Amino acid sequence: MAEMTRRRGLTGYLLLVPGVVWLALFFVIPFYSLVAASLFDPGGSVFSGYEMTWHVQNYWDALKEYGKPNSWSDWGPLLRSFWYAGLSTVICLVLGYVLAYAIAFKAGRWKNLMLVLVIAPFFTSFLVRTLAWKLILGDDGPVVSVLQAVHILGADGRLLATPVAVIAGIVYNFLPFMVLPLYASLDKIDHRLIEASGDLYANPFVGFFKVTWPLSLPGVVSGTLLTFIPAAGDYINAQLLGSTNQRMIGNVIQNLFTDANDYPAAAALSMILMVVIIAMVLFYVRRAGTEELL
Amino acid sequence: MRWLREHVVLILGIAILLYTFIPIFVVVLMSFNDPSSRLIYRFDGFTMDNWLHPCEPEGLCSALGTSIQISLLATLGSTILGTLMAFALVRHDFLGRSSMNLLIFLPMATPEIVMGSSLLALFVATGFSGQLGFWTILIAHIMFCVSFVVVTVRARLAGMDDNLEQAAMDLYATPRETFWRITFPLVFPGILGAALLSFSLSFDDFIITNLNAGNTTTFPMYVWGVAQRGIPMQVNVVGTVMFAISVLIVVGGELNNRRRSKALATAS
Repeated sequence: MAEMTRRRGLTGYLLLVPGVVWLALFFVIPFYSLVAASLFDPGGSVFSGYEMTWHVQNYWDALKEYGKPNSWSDWGPLLRSFWYAGLSTVICLVLGYVLAYAIAFKAGRWKNLMLVLVIAPFFTSFLVRTLAWKLILGDDGPVVSVLQAVHILGADGRLLATPVAVIAGIVYNFLPFMVLPLYASLDKIDHRLIEASGDLYANPFVGFFKVTWPLSLPGVVSGTLLTFIPAAGDYINAQLLGSTNQRMIGNVIQNLFTDANDYPAAAALSMILMVVIIAMVLFYVRRAGTEELL
Repeated sequence: MRWLREHVVLILGIAILLYTFIPIFVVVLMSFNDPSSRLIYRFDGFTMDNWLHPCEPEGLCSALGTSIQISLLATLGSTILGTLMAFALVRHDFLGRSSMNLLIFLPMATPEIVMGSSLLALFVATGFSGQLGFWTILIAHIMFCVSFVVVTVRARLAGMDDNLEQAAMDLYATPRETFWRITFPLVFPGILGAALLSFSLSFDDFIITNLNAGNTTTFPMYVWGVAQRGIPMQVNVVGTVMFAISVLIVVGGELNNRRRSKALATAS
């Protein structure tokens, strides 16, 4: 391909201006508002207005209320969110890797069709799909009956309102975010490298872990991030498939904003979620050694 | 045995694909459901009623209308802004390229709940908390769709051979003619793909919308509301139609591609 020549001059800036202004006004500046709101005096209300008092205590209060585990079984919404999101990401990685591998290496002329089929179900509304899971995993549904019949679940055992249903919902809803980047990096791998490892007497497992897996790491990193980040902030699955015992941090933030009208606490929690995610992402990307991603 | 060993990954892959279609099957099935009670959500019998009277549940069709309007406008806005940015990124030189990349990457890597709450904090701080509704939803949707448009169009532009444009210029086409007769038609599939992506992102959004909607109800918000008090089966009709339309668009695009590459193959 011919080397693309990048033109200098004013046009480039002019093309950027509308989009940059929009993102600055409605993405960047809102963060400033969020930080400000998280430091408001919690004594105010939406109706009487808030006073800016640099009330850093809001963060401490939010962490104490939602960030610390209450008991061994009740981790509190913040830790629970990261636990659910982490476990879902691992399950998505396993399922997504198998699917992406099958499409990239085994599908032959059905490659494009299978790729289309990966995305197709996700054009149906997120909420409608999740409600369908509510029916499938419901107390009279097929899954519970089978599990009861083989005595994995007791006679009055259920899946809805348990972590299993919430995690299953998250795994389902975010699977394409894992499959597509994995496919993109698996598809780029030169088959000859894998064949070469076989010629050099590596068995298929060694070949996979020494050749395929390292070469697919960029896809693994971006896939896990694209799954983990929205999963940690999601509250639709927890609300529709879980109960109050499965509340995630998103449920809490949403309630504080829309029902409790406690803006300072909601803003502080949002900030905490964002900071923890950024910290985890940076740490993870460093460890995985794929810094060119960011 | 040997056959099984060679095909085990493909079989597992197909099994996972089938699993992703389970809820779709349920949605289609339930769109024909004749429920005995609003509170029990299970298949009770076959009927065409839901399909014949899709607007019967109160509020469903007005929510659907609101969603379609917002999604169309958000698609238009974000596709224009994003396409311009993609052209600047691929074709033009400017200062601050890496911060520009970061600005485009961040909205895709921020949890929706954080974006939604910061936007709400902005609207409240600037005194717009009373005007939350159609326009604030639209502003939010354009904001989170732009990055996806930039990424999609940029990929198409970057993969494009610029020899054709050079040739047009050599043949004395003006830059304007070159753009509209060569560049734009070549990038257009990318723009179209970006627009479709924007539409479905906007149409499906719940978390950001819910925080900034005021009293306006979009389709996902309607579903959220009825999920607590008994779901009308017409919701599944909408779900089925959305699935059918998207499959038609995707399959149509694929067939069109095949026809084109065949035509190209015979032409050369």
